[in-house]
Amino acid sequence: MNYIGIDIGSTAAKVAVLGETQQYFVLPTGWSSIDTARAIQEQLQQRGISLDESLVVSTGYGRSAVNFADKQITEITCHAAGCAEKYPNCSVIDVGGQDTKTIRIVDGVVSDFLMNDKCSAGTGKFIEVMANRLGCDIDHLFEIAERGSALPISSLCTVFAESEVINHVGAGKPREDIAAGVVDSVAAKVAGLAGRLALSDQVVLTGGLSHLPLFAQSIGKKLGHPVQPLENGRYAGAYGAALLAQRLEEKKNRKEK
Amino acid sequence: MGEYIKELPDVFSEFSEQRRQSFLTAMEYKKQGKPLVGAFCTYLPMELPLAAGASVVSLCSVSDETIPAAEQDLPRNLCPLIKASYGFAKTDKCPYFYFSDLVIGETTCDGKKKMYEFLSQFKPIHVMELPHTQSEQALQLWKSELYRLKAALEERFHTEITEEKLRAAVRLRNQVRRSMIEFYDTMQMDPPPMSGMDCYNVLNGAPFRFDLENLAKELTELAARLRERGSLPERKPRILLTGCPIGGVYKKVISALEQSAYVVAFENCGGAKATHELVDEDADDIYEALARRYLNIGCSCMTPNPNRMTLLRKMIEDYKIDGVVEVVLQTCLTYSVESGLIRQMVTKDLGVPYISIETDYSMADTAQLQTRLGAFTEML
Repeated sequence: MNYIGIDIGSTAAKVAVLGETQQYFVLPTGWSSIDTARAIQEQLQQRGISLDESLVVSTGYGRSAVNFADKQITEITCHAAGCAEKYPNCSVIDVGGQDTKTIRIVDGVVSDFLMNDKCSAGTGKFIEVMANRLGCDIDHLFEIAERGSALPISSLCTVFAESEVINHVGAGKPREDIAAGVVDSVAAKVAGLAGRLALSDQVVLTGGLSHLPLFAQSIGKKLGHPVQPLENGRYAGAYGAALLAQRLEEKKNRKEK
Repeated sequence: MGEYIKELPDVFSEFSEQRRQSFLTAMEYKKQGKPLVGAFCTYLPMELPLAAGASVVSLCSVSDETIPAAEQDLPRNLCPLIKASYGFAKTDKCPYFYFSDLVIGETTCDGKKKMYEFLSQFKPIHVMELPHTQSEQALQLWKSELYRLKAALEERFHTEITEEKLRAAVRLRNQVRRSMIEFYDTMQMDPPPMSGMDCYNVLNGAPFRFDLENLAKELTELAARLRERGSLPERKPRILLTGCPIGGVYKKVISALEQSAYVVAFENCGGAKATHELVDEDADDIYEALARRYLNIGCSCMTPNPNRMTLLRKMIEDYKIDGVVEVVLQTCLTYSVESGLIRQMVTKDLGVPYISIETDYSMADTAQLQTRLGAFTEML
């Protein structure tokens, strides 16, 4: 039996397989979650994973597009399940492509959470837009930001912040300093959201930017509290979904007994 | 069961269609020369127009259809309910507004009271000065506003509101309130006897009924039938809704919640907030009794607002609530500030999970609401 978690986010679709085999893979979400779900299905087949002998939980904004899922669960619950495995008491900060959430986990279950309201500043999208403007990809932006000293970018709106960046570009400011300013600005917004919920001693960062040490450090500095990037943090939602798929079976077995 | 008794789903859909059907009733009313009073808010003491022989109808304010027209005059960054109220009036798309002989407003929030100034350009509107505290002085001011409304109604409808007529109106409205309470109290059953969507559709449709005696009888019958039918089969977490009026957002909010929970209690304007308290029918001074009853409504425009807290505490207990969802309409300042105090009371004092969502009449945030509210119910 395999337990598959599929997390279709706004930018990337993450898949975690547990059970007979352990596999992780990621695909770009593209412009149709239905096509993405189909591509995932093909990938699973190519990897020799039979859906007939699997339980599938889908999550993320594209969760309803996964027509072969046994259950849909929101990404908040899945992220929490993915993190609680290692940290049963913690605060999770998940910076996604289109939203950011902070989740408080007590004894392995969600006790409270917050999501940002209809605004892309403080999400991965913000960094993507700015990286584009600086002619590099996201990983490269963080790389050069290490060497810069942050320029102020204070707009609360991604579009206005982009014009701030353009002003800095126009004034011939060093690219490293602009990049550092971008990271600083997102970190401040993320920390602002996280700070609205009572923080646990253990604060964990997940999402597609969690492999960048500078990001966790910058958020930690703003929060005044260390932030630990979760290993494989990009897969936290998919991994949690796979764990929840496993529990689906346990529950079913208990009922049958 | 006799064949003349309607099936419950038909009763629910009849109530949900009530608003549309009443357009025709309103037209009939006008043809017969009966006066109609348009209301925006539950602070209007409905007994007074009733005693003047007029029917009271809620004016349209719950869809985003006319918001673009409203935004030609009003700022965009304003509560959707205020914009929609004005938009429907301005574009003449609300038949109730069209048929109303008089519109009555109250100085509840700043946005509304300024909007009424615009509205008065094309419709006679009587604005009552609602105080924002519940002190004795406030009560006296509000009572004097009731007398001023009485005079305005008498003058417009060429009639006299006698003590006798007013007391009869009070008794009738109380009867309707009792039947409403009887109806929504059935949701205290665990599991409830109907979905929150069915329950809200009835609460939402009831104010569009003009035949109040029949309405009260039907609601009482409906409650009895629900008790007889008993609980729905599956147990799910029990949700209480509080906050702003939800007429314009209930579909997306309730359906997101009811994927894995039941909305069993409504503390909002359309629910218990403006219904749960009766008017003292036997009071010596019926005007004071009326003024007191209406001033007691626990709206966030009051400061402080202890009655909302008391009602919430009681409902959370009576309805065995697992989670509280507060709905704040965009830019509603008083509810949005007060939500922090509600969160404190609900989570710290009562240990019940709480979430507040901010939304408007558009469908743009449907997916986000499904995630947010879905995660909230999964957590319970």
